Amino acid sequence: MTEEARTGRTQRDTLLQLVDVVKHFPVPSDRLFGGKREHVHAVDGVSLDVRRGETIGLVGESGCGKSTLARCITRLHDVTSGTVSFDGRNISDLSVSQLKPYRRKMQMVFQDPYGSLNPRRRVGSIIGDPFAIHGMGKGADRKTKVQELMELVGLNPEHYNRFPAEFSGGQRQRIGLARALALRPELVVCDEPVSALDVSIQAQIINLLADLQGKLGLTYIFIAHDLSVVRHVSDRIAVMYLGRIVEVADTEELFARPRHPYTKALLSAVPTPDPDLVNERDQIILSGDVPSPIRPPSGCRFHPRCPRAQSRCTTEDPVLNVKDGDVSDHAAACHFPVADGEPLVMSQKEAL
Amino acid sequence: MLRFLVRRVIFGVVVLWIVATVVFAMYFIAPHDVARTLAGRQANAETVAAIRHNLGLDRPILSQYGSFLWKALHGNLGYSYSNSESVTSLIGHGLPVTVSLVVGGALLWLVLGVTTGVLAATRPRSVVDRTTTGFALFFYSMPTFLLGEVLLLLLFFRLHLVGIDWFPGAGFVPFSENPLQWARYLILPWLTIALVTAATYIRLTRGSMLEVMGEDYIRTARAKGLRKRRVIYRHGLRAAITPVLTQFGIDVGTLLGGAIVTENVFGLPGLGQLVISSLAKQDLPTVIGLVLLASAFVVVANIIVDILYSVLDARVRLS
Amino acid sequence: MTVTPPDQIESTGLSSTLPAAVEAIEGRGPWLLAWARLRRDKVAVGSSVVILGIILLALFAPWVAHLVGHGPNTQFRTTGLSPDGIPVGPGSTFLFGTDDLGRDVFIRVIYGARISLLAGAVSAGLAVAVGVIIGLAAGYFGGAVDGVLSRFMDVVLSLPYLVFAIALVSLLGPSLAISVAVIAFFSWASVGRIVRGQVLSIKEKEFVEAARSLGASHLRIMFIDILPNVLAPTIVYATMLIPLSIVFEATLSFLGIGVLPPTATWGNMLSESIAYYKVAWWFVAFPGLALLITTMAFNLLGDCVRDAFDPRGNRLFVATEE
Repeated sequence: MTEEARTGRTQRDTLLQLVDVVKHFPVPSDRLFGGKREHVHAVDGVSLDVRRGETIGLVGESGCGKSTLARCITRLHDVTSGTVSFDGRNISDLSVSQLKPYRRKMQMVFQDPYGSLNPRRRVGSIIGDPFAIHGMGKGADRKTKVQELMELVGLNPEHYNRFPAEFSGGQRQRIGLARALALRPELVVCDEPVSALDVSIQAQIINLLADLQGKLGLTYIFIAHDLSVVRHVSDRIAVMYLGRIVEVADTEELFARPRHPYTKALLSAVPTPDPDLVNERDQIILSGDVPSPIRPPSGCRFHPRCPRAQSRCTTEDPVLNVKDGDVSDHAAACHFPVADGEPLVMSQKEAL
Repeated sequence: MLRFLVRRVIFGVVVLWIVATVVFAMYFIAPHDVARTLAGRQANAETVAAIRHNLGLDRPILSQYGSFLWKALHGNLGYSYSNSESVTSLIGHGLPVTVSLVVGGALLWLVLGVTTGVLAATRPRSVVDRTTTGFALFFYSMPTFLLGEVLLLLLFFRLHLVGIDWFPGAGFVPFSENPLQWARYLILPWLTIALVTAATYIRLTRGSMLEVMGEDYIRTARAKGLRKRRVIYRHGLRAAITPVLTQFGIDVGTLLGGAIVTENVFGLPGLGQLVISSLAKQDLPTVIGLVLLASAFVVVANIIVDILYSVLDARVRLS
Repeated sequence: MTVTPPDQIESTGLSSTLPAAVEAIEGRGPWLLAWARLRRDKVAVGSSVVILGIILLALFAPWVAHLVGHGPNTQFRTTGLSPDGIPVGPGSTFLFGTDDLGRDVFIRVIYGARISLLAGAVSAGLAVAVGVIIGLAAGYFGGAVDGVLSRFMDVVLSLPYLVFAIALVSLLGPSLAISVAVIAFFSWASVGRIVRGQVLSIKEKEFVEAARSLGASHLRIMFIDILPNVLAPTIVYATMLIPLSIVFEATLSFLGIGVLPPTATWGNMLSESIAYYKVAWWFVAFPGLALLITTMAFNLLGDCVRDAFDPRGNRLFVATEE
């Protein structure tokens, strides 16, 4: 894709644009007198466009920075550097009061159905919170709105006065969803919304999310570590590793032609329902642990665990770009991308 | 560990400095004139001025503050206004009395509190437990001065009426003079301080032991076939020791600065009595010295507790 | 994405064909549950009745005094003292006997209850209010705010409070207001520390993030989202703080630096009676009993309140049946 084509498209239908977003957390030190502070490089230079109306999946192992990225987008964290633009407006340096109108346009659904609802407050007032905070609707009017929302997410509006403890995990996620939808947001960031639920309930919540997307024209950023869930809901998928996006593509493209060895390894771990499709050679188990995000590896961050790594990978940081022969939407950050159908481990001969 | 210790000591010194400054400031902001009070009603202006000059009270406040801190740093707390004696020597007279009272009382309440606490926790809801918790409630709710009065009334006065003089009503005999008499004069004060304080230790010991006894690892230990008594003492007591130790440090530190109430009720000439009498006489240097000393005891006790705590904690982690 | 047919949506418990129940479904919140447990607890009911009785006596003390015809400071030199000037024992005229000046001990005891309850409640209330605000701010904001506030609490907690309180009172002059202020000053820091600890864990919960992502202000998050979650331990501590404050006030009065005579307080009555215990046991016994019963009732109630909020914990004062 040419640069003009890309930017033209950006101006047309990009809802959220991330440019080189960086988030570092200082590591608490028990030093008596200062010294050099260390940082956790939770998100380390992420650029991504989210298009209006799409669902983009964000996957990676735990600790790869996907939840931190979600919180940078919704400004629960302030970014260390880089910009987050919503509808063309940079929101990463807005003050609390300037930010308030944007809060209405993007909301978040949280992972923990128990931790995300205040146990001491009634469901009605939890879902009514957005109205209270933004000064919308009073008394009976607000109650009607809340009950409409409860109906919208499939809850019994009669349960208005109950406490969160009286609901199941799935029902609690519906409550969280109702709260997120109260202000009719354009973007909903779902931070592993189903990973804490039973598998049977997961499907219900995922279908509800899809249903609501159709009804309300929502854009989703869907974070998960479960690839099969992400594949089911996402139009596009971005794969994260140690604070970076290593590959991004349309869902079917990514599953069919993974370019980054890490993506390939992740995909090989997804159980396939059809035994004929299981390719023994492709069952790859990554060796070693994820390196510390305090001192990330030099060059390509994946090189200590990569079966294809060569000396160039230890020094030169690969750029996220479109590889030869790929469709314009498919980008990967790798010096030695995997070819179509190529096994992940190169033979000795190829390596030489 | 060392870093932690250094930080604690620095904090302690800062606390003492704050206390010194606050106490010093309190007496200069206060709306009364020491020199006039000391000089008496009949004194003329010149006498008052002379007294003021002698005490150094006519110097600028900052200079007084500076020399006060400087001297205090060297262990010199100045001279008492009312007794022509140095504050340190006044403290020297009172300290043995307070230390005798607190050390004896502390041993008593520690033994009493921890043993009954363990006893109650090992037989939850038994008669022993009920009696113990009732006892704890009674003495926990009992103000020190009330218990002191009741003990005086029952053990000194009632016995005295029928001709039994086991327990003296007031006074103090130094240990070096006559150890037996020393103990005889201190029994009632010890009992007072110990009974009132032991209640807290019963609660702490019983509470944390019961909590531990419900933990999975205790059940595992029991299931392994370890004897109940062994489990109780090895695991249960270890869990109880940290809160008990912390409380012990705070209590001893606070009381060493002056077991004011107990000393008052039993007429013991300790630091607590000294505080009250010097306040009545507006003897500033003595009051400031005593408050500083009391704070120093608390600060040092806290540091010792923190050190013991981390040593114990390391042992728990190792085993 | 697939769209779910409506019949696959998770059951919400009640079918919507029961419209009659709309307003009737009232959740049983944590507060209600604690309250229900407290009401079933005999010890709690008993100690509450005792406390209520003392409060009523204190409230209606002037009325009782009027009814009996004995003012709290009226000296009955003929009826209240024997010809040798010895106090009169308990009887029909003087329910609890008289004191060294021929005053009615019963009337003075119920007047003393006013001071004790007032001092206990007001100083505990003040301490809790200040402690909650400081603890909330320290825990919620963290960083430098927490550093300063926590060090301040550490300093207050490492003061030898009785010595310091006495020094303060001697300077400012004894009075009820000063006593209350001094007691509150030495009590708020422990409340603050408890609240701070609780807030530190609660502010990490996702519902706080949810409130922030909705654009809630710091004040709203602190008081609407976090405070209800730290209230239970705070209430428990507050009930335990009342008897401590009552004892503190009585001690100050006993030492002659609290509320001064002739105003009747349990502390100064006990201080006066110490010289007369040989001849007038009632002069010691009744104010002493009043003080002891009050603190015991509050401590028992506090224990029950703790139990009501956390039934799995162990009781400290009552060895209950399973």
